[in-house]
Amino acid sequence: MSTGEVAIRIRSVGHQFGEVGEARHIRALADTSLDIVRGELLCLIGPSGCGKSTLLNVIGGLLAPTSGTVEVAGKPVHGPMPHDIAYIFQENALFPWNTVDENVRLGMLFQGVPKAEHAARAQQSLQAVGLAEFADHYPAQLSGGMRQRASLARALSLQTGILLMDEPFGALDEQTRMILGEDLSVLLARTEKTIVFVTHSLGEAVFLADRVAVFSARPGTVKKIIRIDEPHPRNPAFVTSEKFTALRNELYALLHDEIRKAVGSDAPRGRRGANGGAP
Amino acid sequence: MARRREAMERLASRAVQIGFLLALLALWYAATNFWGVNHLLLPNPVAVFHQLVDVLKTGQFLPDLRVTATEFVAAFLLAMTSGMLVGFFVSRSRYWSRVFEPLFAGLYSIPIILLLPLYVLFFGLGPASKIALGTTISFFPVVLATIAGFGNVDRSLITAARSMGASDYQLFRYVLVPAALPVILTGLRIGFTVALLAILGSETIASLAGLGHHIVQLAESMEMARMFAYIAFVVAITVLLNGLVSHLEARGRRRE
Ligand SMILES: Nc1ncnc2c1ncn2[C@@H]1O[C@H](COP(=O)(O)OP(=O)(O)O)[C@@H](O)[C@H]1O
Ligand SMILES: [Mg+2]
Repeated sequence: MSTGEVAIRIRSVGHQFGEVGEARHIRALADTSLDIVRGELLCLIGPSGCGKSTLLNVIGGLLAPTSGTVEVAGKPVHGPMPHDIAYIFQENALFPWNTVDENVRLGMLFQGVPKAEHAARAQQSLQAVGLAEFADHYPAQLSGGMRQRASLARALSLQTGILLMDEPFGALDEQTRMILGEDLSVLLARTEKTIVFVTHSLGEAVFLADRVAVFSARPGTVKKIIRIDEPHPRNPAFVTSEKFTALRNELYALLHDEIRKAVGSDAPRGRRGANGGAP
Repeated sequence: MARRREAMERLASRAVQIGFLLALLALWYAATNFWGVNHLLLPNPVAVFHQLVDVLKTGQFLPDLRVTATEFVAAFLLAMTSGMLVGFFVSRSRYWSRVFEPLFAGLYSIPIILLLPLYVLFFGLGPASKIALGTTISFFPVVLATIAGFGNVDRSLITAARSMGASDYQLFRYVLVPAALPVILTGLRIGFTVALLAILGSETIASLAGLGHHIVQLAESMEMARMFAYIAFVVAITVLLNGLVSHLEARGRRRE
């Protein structure tokens, strides 16, 4: 499916929050370079707090990195690029005072889609995620899974080449994530989108990704990239195959060390911080 | 099923509330008719009713109502515009919010009615001093609610709007305003109520005209039944207005 053309070029991107010496100073991301190929689904997986969201925000132009550069479609990223990149956040970020349909239309209004196209595109994208009947519902009236579908519909209606998804199913229960994962695989097999998908679920990564980039503990960087050679849309039977299990285990082994490191380096520091903070 | 029971319960508590008010009225009637309570202290409700009918029929209340209403509208409009403007600009900066929010909250908690003598000195006994007091008092709930409303907008919604290319104006119109509106509406409702209180209250303390002024005059000339009629009239108006404002607030909130 991928043509080999680079859609997102990440070069030596590093980021730190706060200044050196400040209490809140954190090196979130260390010197990371990565080429994301057009049309592929790349999963970012790694210990929590290793800088996955940070990298995603840098790609999306929501955060200016302290070092390095990102190019999208050959253009350096300096801010949001609503015509090239759509975002799906973990907390779905739907406007609670708007219906599902209004949410989708608002996205198009922000992006600058001509008004005449709004109705058709909203309907089309809501149909694609199976929410057409719920167009006039408010987000509060939907389940968590349906809200994420609505959020996906809003992103799809923007018709960008790139989709950035930050743990989109992170707040959902296991069964719902499974179904959403399957639907997403079917849906995306039909589009030619480049997708960067952050997850902390090994199974989700293997099931969805063309490649999985495993992050090291903070300050994070890509430790290893694993290729998942399995055509889209992925069959639910893939989950029970030996290939799936082997890949999942390989990922687990890679991650295990990093999670140990993250926990091991976090715990004593946390304890010291608590003592130091006491009067 | 559950909805029906809820409705029944609401009806039952309404009935108790109305029953309570009727009982008070009956007590009042009994006290003045049978238990010999002095009519100079507490007039008979029937006499009050006749006075009320007379006040309404003759339209005698009109000049005072016009004065009070003008003062109130002026005070509330001033407080609303200044409170919302100041609140919005303060809310744009974390620093200004940190400085001004506690300051306004502190000032709001002092008895602002004490400024009335000063305002009378500045602006005289006419409407201007009432307007000044009403504006001062109702400015605070409006400004505090506006700072809170615009200051606590969910960051992820702002980020999402920006990522989709929202301009500053679009962000304001489609994200900040709807997010802040419920909180601001509550502030406006409180501002409305306290402005009314301040206007009527200050009219009874130092004034030349207005409903509050007229009630004091009636008390001084011992026309108790008519005074009670005027009080009933003012109470009816405020209950009506507050009900209307609560209704508007609820309607504004429903789109959440
Ligand atoms: N705005 C911020 N200010 C300060 N520190 C931050 C900020 N955002 C994230 N961090 C810190 O940077 C590190 C990486 O965060 P993040 O990229 O969100 O991790 P991940 O998504 O991999 O869990 C974490 O330690 C987090 O606490
Ligand atoms: Mg994250």
